[in-house]
Order: sequence, then structure tokens, then C-alpha cells
Amino acid sequence: MRLILRQREVLPDPWRYSGEASSAAEPLIVPWLQLQSESASWEHRTAPLGTRLAPADAVEALTPFLARLSLIALELPSVGDGRGYSQARVLRGRLGFRGELRAVGPGVRPDQAFLLARCGFDSLEPPAGVDPEALRLALGRYDVAYQPGAPQVELRRQRFPAP
Amino acid sequence: MYRYDELDQTLVEQRVAEFRDQVRRHLAGELSEEEFRPLRLRNGLYLQRHAPMLRIAIPYGLLSSLQLRTLAAIARRYDRGYGHFTTRQNLQLNWPALADVPDILAELARVQMHAIQTSGNCVRNVTADHMAGIAPDEIDDPRPYCEIIRQWATLHPEFTYLPRKFKIAVTGSPEDRAASEVHDVGLQLRRDAGGELGFTVRVGGGLGRAPVIGQVIREWLPLEELLAYLEAILRVYNLYGRRDNIHKARIKVLVKALGIERFREEVEREWRASRAAAPRVPAAEVERVRSFFRPHPYAALADYEADAGREAAFRAWYRYNTRPHRVSGYRAVLISLKAHGAVPGDITSAQMEGVAALADRVSFGLVRSTHSQNLLLADVPQRALYELWRDLAALGLATPNIGTLTDMIACPGLDFCSLANAGTISVARDIQQRFDDLDYLYDLGEIEIKISGCMNACGHHHVGHIGILGVDKHGEEWYQISLGGSANGFTALGEVIGPSVAQHEVAATLERIVEAYRELREDGERFIDTVRRTGIAPFRERAYAAHPQAA
Repeated sequence: MRLILRQREVLPDPWRYSGEASSAAEPLIVPWLQLQSESASWEHRTAPLGTRLAPADAVEALTPFLARLSLIALELPSVGDGRGYSQARVLRGRLGFRGELRAVGPGVRPDQAFLLARCGFDSLEPPAGVDPEALRLALGRYDVAYQPGAPQVELRRQRFPAP
Repeated sequence: MYRYDELDQTLVEQRVAEFRDQVRRHLAGELSEEEFRPLRLRNGLYLQRHAPMLRIAIPYGLLSSLQLRTLAAIARRYDRGYGHFTTRQNLQLNWPALADVPDILAELARVQMHAIQTSGNCVRNVTADHMAGIAPDEIDDPRPYCEIIRQWATLHPEFTYLPRKFKIAVTGSPEDRAASEVHDVGLQLRRDAGGELGFTVRVGGGLGRAPVIGQVIREWLPLEELLAYLEAILRVYNLYGRRDNIHKARIKVLVKALGIERFREEVEREWRASRAAAPRVPAAEVERVRSFFRPHPYAALADYEADAGREAAFRAWYRYNTRPHRVSGYRAVLISLKAHGAVPGDITSAQMEGVAALADRVSFGLVRSTHSQNLLLADVPQRALYELWRDLAALGLATPNIGTLTDMIACPGLDFCSLANAGTISVARDIQQRFDDLDYLYDLGEIEIKISGCMNACGHHHVGHIGILGVDKHGEEWYQISLGGSANGFTALGEVIGPSVAQHEVAATLERIVEAYRELREDGERFIDTVRRTGIAPFRERAYAAHPQAA
């Protein structure tokens, strides 16, 4: 069973990826390519639908699908590859996505958790060997920040206000 | 200078706690070196040839005497009693122990300092003109905007894992003493016809392997859009900058690949689309920060001929190591960290303490570090200069060579840096020895030598009037010489004169080059102007004349 951290809570992942055993009633994450090219595979589903993007995918291309998507997972292939952080900001900012935004992959570690949360990820799927509880604890490392960002319960002061 | 409020102080303390925990986990084996590396780099900690190197941030080069004393005490307690000022106005310690670094950071935090983002692929220390606030030609003081950028960039959630390092410089004067045109982003303060402040924004400048002069992306950016526009530039870079090859990952490569027109379109589109959600700097916040940089309570003093009737040594120091000040009766004093026989930019703990005491006595308790690896006492009453000179001389800090050939910039080179191909310190020492005669130096006038130990160009060799680049040739240290570079108001990249020369030949080759200048120069012409007029050909002929076998 896969554990994730969602909205500051460690819980079993209710989502299934394409290729994993799943029932028609379970929320399903289909790869971005499949979402675009094989609409028959998902458009009649009634359960929540999600998709998963690689760092080089342009998030603007998701625009026509956003209303139908309950979850977007962004891959962080390593700690040093920061593209997912900007993809998240674009999705939360000018594209206005309000569903679950999940970070997945080797770049999801406690030392990055606070920054990821500030960029708008509300769901972290840790790679093997990373304890989701450690991710949760790491969200409390700072209670101040300079930049505007996704609101965090821990933050009591922020310098530059969001407009 | 800027004083931390509760937010600033809390943030650096929480960063110290976080880093202490990261070091503990690394030493306990919970974080591998591979996992620890990006974390320590974002806190200024390199693992070098001999020991870790810790780079401490000196935002836009401004230090209080208390901070300088603290640096002196840290260098004495945790290092070997000296530090090294860099070309980006920071201070490096070359010998701290890894386990001590959290304690060093805690001591720094107590005096409102840190080492956040002084290395790693993130936004680095913001640099500024060292003459900020006192230069007679200044449009506006750049430091408040540097401080706002410093805060905005610190632990920025989106831009902590960029393709490569990212350097921003701000200048408030037409004379670009901050070398803003060779930064990833260079901001030049301007006033429009109505007196409103804004910036000309350049992007994609940089030295390193493929030196490029930054191009104008926006002629006029209103002040209130500063952070929104920087975010747009960085977002485009973070999403589209190359990550497959470290040597192609700087923003200049992206700008070149897209062309400035296309890059500008991308940035402007991102800026317009996202500005509603971008950070704003409220006018009250600008005012709050500006209030820390108001002019000092200067005394009403008349200008005074400090050098009249004094001995030649003082007159030389006055001429070379002091600069005009905007306020009558005052002068700015450059403290040379280029004593002949010393490593350029190095300073001992005792010297730091001495400078701190002098700053308290004659310059409002403040010290600045400069882009050319010297220090500056910015606000010295002219009547205090003579005594100051004697006290600096007693500290070994009155070498009257600012702007001359021995006022060299050099990176730490092979002696310390794990990236270097060749030494820089021994070359600098050879040059200092060969050009030890001050009268000869004065006759040569203004010549900037910049030395880098490898292609990464930390010594800015591309923009030296004379640039020296160390290269590895079958395990031996050789040096490539270029002429005609400049970064001061008129940015130009130097041209390599020919084959590289062996280490023991560098100083002699330079002597032949400057001798050629003495013959070629026209009345009152500076070295760089002669090179620009004649091109490098006559210098090339002379440089190799005695050694046709150089290969």
C-alpha cells in the first residue's frame, strides 16, 4: 500500500495509476499522452480522473482538460531538477487549477517539502525509502517567508503580500 | 545599513537549525554525499582540495564594524586566522571543519549574517556598485533594491533548483562599477523624463567558458514591477534552460538559442499573464528599506587639500587609494588587499579588527567590500586622512596601488579550488615582484589584470585589460593571455594574443606587453585605450619576441 502526504495528513493513496489493478469506481491517473490521444479510455469514467506530467511537458497544454481533472501529478526526477516547481506555480497561478497537485519521484524529499508546499503542491508521494511522516514534519521548519506562495498553516509572517 | 527585523532574524535562525540538522544527518550516514551536496551548496559550503570552503554572504558588499569583528573572530577560532574576499563581494573561509559549520552559521546569525545561496544552482548574492550612495554621478542608491531582491530571492520556493547559478547585479550610476553587463541579470537604475525611477534590464551576460555581454531585454521597467519581471525571467529560464549539460545551462545559452527577441516575447508574455499573482513591493516597504540607506549625518566641512605639503608616500596613497565623495569635506578610501607578496583579496583577522576599529573612528562604523577584492571606507573626513593612512600602513593595508597593474583580481586557483587547472597565487606573486617599483607602476597608469585558474572565469579574465587564464597542458600549468577586455562602463571581452606561456614566463611576457604600451601610447593615453586604438597585433609581436619557441 502506497502512503502519501495529503493536506498534511499521511494516508493510503486512494488513487491508482494506469496499469495498476483498479476498479471502475477508483480514482485513476492516466499518463498525459494517453489523456490526449486515447479519450475512449477515460471519457466515460465517472470516478475522479488525474494525469501525470514529465518535467519537459508544457502545462499550458492541459488547459482544455483542467475542468475534468481532479488531480495532476508532476514528476520530480531528481532533487536538482526544479522544473516541477515552476510547472506547479503556473498551474496554481495563471491556469487556476484548484484540484489536487501532487509531486512524485526521487525529488520528493523532506529537505524539499516546504518549498514544494509553497509552490502549491498539496500532495506529496514519496519515493521508496522516504518516510511520509518525515515529509509532514519538514513542513514546520519555517514559520516565516519572504515570498507570496500557497498559504501554509505554519506561516505566521510573510514579507511580500500576494496581491 | 539595513537592519534585520523579526522576520529576517527568525528566517536566518531557522535556516541555521535546518542546516544543523542536515549536517547531523549527513555525519550520521542518513544523508549520502550525493543527497547532502545540493543542500550544503545552497548554504555556501564546498568540499575543496584541502578542506571545506565556506562562502559567507556580504549582501551588496556592506558590513558593519561589528560584523567585520565577528568575521575576524570566526576566522581565528574556526579557520587559520584569515579570510579571502571574492569578486562578488563575499568572504571565503578556506579551512573550516564540516562539523563546525553550523556553529559558524549560528555566530553569523547573531550579527545578521548568513551563507544562504552563496553557491549552488540558485539566485546568488546580489552585488552592487561599491560607491553606492556616495558616487557623484549616481542616479539613485541601488542598495535598497538590492536588499529587496536579496529578501525576495532568499529561500525562494520556485527558484531554488535552477539549471545553473544565477547572478544579479544592480548599478545606480552610468559608470558600471558593478559589472552588471556580465551578470545573468544586470539592472541599471534610470529616471524617466518625469523623474520616476525604473530600471534598464539586461539579461544573459556572463563570463565562464563562453563569455557574453548581456543584452537589453527591457529599456524601461517601472520600479513596482521589479520582482514580477524577475520572476518572469526566472520562470522562463527554470522551465526552458538546458539541464543536460552543465556547460550549456546558464541563462545566456538559452537567450542565445532563442535569440533575444524570442526570449523577450516569452518573458513578456509570462510577465503579463502572471503579474496579478506575482509579488509586489508595496510603496511602504520600499520606503522602509530605503530608510536604512539615508545619507549619514555628515558634518558641515569644507573641502581641504589633504595632500598639500605632505610627504610623497602619502600623496601617492591619496592619489591612488582615495576617491571623491559627494559631500564636501569627505573622501572615500580604498583599502588595498593587494600588498606585494600577499594573496589578492586575503586579509588576516588582526587586519579585519584593525579596519573595524578605523571604521568606527572615521567612517560611521561601516566597511564595504569591492568587486575588485579590496575594502572601502566610504565616508572619511578629509582631515582624518593623514592619520588614517598611518594607521592603515601599520596594519600593512596602505599599499598605494589601487587601479594600477598590481591591483589584480585573482580567483583562489589550484592551491585551493578543486575545479582549477592552474595556480593563480604564484603567478600573482611573480607579477607583484616584477612590478614592485611604484614609480614604474604609476607611469603605466590604470591597468586591470584579472587572473582565472580555469575556464569558469571566477577571476573574470575575459574583462581584464590584461586577462590571464590558467590552462592545463599535459599536467603542467600554462597561461593564456588576452588583451582589451573591460567591464567598467564600456564592457568588452579581451582577445587572446596567441599561444599560452609557461608559468615562469608570465610576468616577463607582461613586462614586454607593457613596454610595448609605453612605446605605442599617445599623449596621456591609458593602456586600454592604446589597445583599442592599435588592436592586439603590435602587442602580440612584442609579447613573443624573445620566445619564438613558446607553444
